[in-house]
Amino acid sequence: MWKHRILALIILILGAGVAFFVFQSEPGLNKNFETQNTFFKNHPFRLGLDLSGGSYLLYEADTSKIDSLEVDDQMQALRDAVERRLNSTDISGVFGVAENVVRIEGKDRIAVELPGVTDPTKAVSKISATPLLEFKIEAPDAAQKIAVDENGEANVDLSSIFIPTELTGRYLKKATLEFDPTTREPVVSLQFDEIGTKLFAQITKENVGKIVAIYLDGVPISTPVVNEEITGGSAYISGVFTPPEAKELVRQLNYGALPMPVHNLSIQTIGATLGENAVNAGVKATQIGFLLVALFMILWYRLPGLVAILSLSIFVAIILALFKLIPVTLTAAGIAGFIISIGIAVDANVLIFERTKEELKNGREIGDALDNGFSRAWSSIRDSNISNFITAVILFWFGTSLIKGFALTLGLGVLVSMFSAITITRIFLSAIKPKGEGKVTRFLFGSGINRG
Amino acid sequence: MFIIKHKKIFITISMTLVVISLISLAIFKIKVGIDFKGGALTEVVYTEERPTQEILDSQLKSLDLGSVLIQPTEKKATEEKGYIIKSRNLTEEEYSFLISAISENGKIPLEEKSFNSIGPSVGRELTRKAITAVVLISLAIICFIAFAFRKVSKPVSSWRYGFIAIVTLLHDVILPIGLYVALSRFYGAELDTLFVVAVLTILGLSVSDTIVIFDRIRENLKEELKNPRQEFKNVIGKSLEQSYVRSICTSLTTILVLLALVFSGPVSTRFFALMLMSGMFFGTYSSIFLAPSLLVLVEEWQKGKSNK
Repeated sequence: MWKHRILALIILILGAGVAFFVFQSEPGLNKNFETQNTFFKNHPFRLGLDLSGGSYLLYEADTSKIDSLEVDDQMQALRDAVERRLNSTDISGVFGVAENVVRIEGKDRIAVELPGVTDPTKAVSKISATPLLEFKIEAPDAAQKIAVDENGEANVDLSSIFIPTELTGRYLKKATLEFDPTTREPVVSLQFDEIGTKLFAQITKENVGKIVAIYLDGVPISTPVVNEEITGGSAYISGVFTPPEAKELVRQLNYGALPMPVHNLSIQTIGATLGENAVNAGVKATQIGFLLVALFMILWYRLPGLVAILSLSIFVAIILALFKLIPVTLTAAGIAGFIISIGIAVDANVLIFERTKEELKNGREIGDALDNGFSRAWSSIRDSNISNFITAVILFWFGTSLIKGFALTLGLGVLVSMFSAITITRIFLSAIKPKGEGKVTRFLFGSGINRG
Repeated sequence: MFIIKHKKIFITISMTLVVISLISLAIFKIKVGIDFKGGALTEVVYTEERPTQEILDSQLKSLDLGSVLIQPTEKKATEEKGYIIKSRNLTEEEYSFLISAISENGKIPLEEKSFNSIGPSVGRELTRKAITAVVLISLAIICFIAFAFRKVSKPVSSWRYGFIAIVTLLHDVILPIGLYVALSRFYGAELDTLFVVAVLTILGLSVSDTIVIFDRIRENLKEELKNPRQEFKNVIGKSLEQSYVRSICTSLTTILVLLALVFSGPVSTRFFALMLMSGMFFGTYSSIFLAPSLLVLVEEWQKGKSNK
């Protein structure tokens, strides 16, 4: 008996500790948040874009020209390049501050999350401003492809004259802005890495006297004629820029010439007020839902109901703390999953208490009835929770990020509720288990509208 | 137990409701959201004067966006007036053209509430994933129930429990879908990702509810196997009598939180919560009235066959 009471006290203190952590680490709840130590400061709730406001962009990379063995590496490089572009301070002050997330989704997709950015057009133009740098050489039969029409004008289809080489912006080490000493025109100087240098040497060696065209984003920007093999690994693009344009190109090239072309699949933007409304509504729905469940449990199951609600409070504290520690990115759907898990969490208690009631009716004493209630309700609790858990796991496995958020909060709820509704409730009930069998105690442990 | 006695009535009621849902699905045709078919949805609020729909129409025509649907939105509490503009999926460039067109190049101040543009390939992939998930979850649940009831495969094989659970599951999913179709028709609910999540969650919740009843049947059948005293249908009836209250109570707690979610939760999950709630409701109904009736029907059908 005393052992149980001490255990119950310890759980209460631990539960209060968890609740304290949730409270202290939340800027909206804790007025002294700024002065808290870093442990608390580092664990606010992580809100998804639909709640915090912001933009979500999804890109698909064209991996068709890349060796299938290299796709993973190249996707990683692409991800890094996109991230560098977004976070480089000279792109825009705004982007560097927020916690942007760039991640690879599936095999060939890049997802970009920009919290707080509600005008995605700027960000999008930074990403899709792909300085896709390519070096192309003359096709062997180039001369024959120049058609002359009736008016004597030559029509040149550039795409058929130049064929791509392996050399692209991928092999670029760095680009710098220089000025031609004689013409004072801006020149972009390119320095290749080791492989790029070899490729460039080979290309120039094989094409002496021919044109090697430098393409930027599919447009030829420079078509110099090769005079000799170049082994130093550097090339120049000249003649087509104003100084600011050249500067922009250098910056883009340095901040990551994307290793492959990307195109946008979807853009989603949520305004800040819309997100804020959703958060407020979610909090309100959680409170009302909790109150309704509490009222029902206490009116229907009396004292055990009250104990179940105490366990449910600890359940809520544990779940919220887990959301912060894992951390789980909360979305509107995730909050819905959490709220539903509050309803499911007391299911185990309902099953136990109903069983207890039955045992009481069969004439057992309260203590025995409770013990039987716990042991006999176990199989139905286990099996019904397993089916919910199976659903949550498959949803999580298959889902898009929206579905994942829901599956994760629901699945966590199912798991933690098994602990709170069974173990914690049982310890609390053992701690207050009455010795006598008076009318009052029988009423308190009874349930339903009958007199138990 | 009156439910077992009148089992045919309840089975008929359920079948009728399922047929009505399927018919309404066929007639009304659910509106497919941009999550699945691709497209763009732009929501703006005008901070001062809201231009008329005709002005926007003529403004947008010059952009060549194809067929564009403009819906006015109004919020009484904040007196916000704006529009939701539905179109094909837009590139960032087209989006910025659209914004400058509907604000007459910034002359009419507006706030961009949300913008959502989804390419058709994303939608196709989502459809594929959704179908896989439904099939997988159904299979997993059949296997799980067959496993959980393996010790009571007499007189009805435990696979049949799984099968009956799936039949009630379909019932629990089809009725809310029928309801959602009606919501779609009259309140603009669309077939979106959350709809799929709702269907899948109903699968889980409905089974967990059916298990509460089946568990009691399992317990009583184990006793019966040791010393047979009464007929199968009486065992089912007794089990049902003992467990229907708890089945209702477990669902009720979930319905209570869903009520809170419908009436004060985020707007984006409102239809979702409503659908889950109806799923819970029909799930409880089917656990008590339909699943046990089907179980007895299957047993009687088996008996009839072996007597011949």
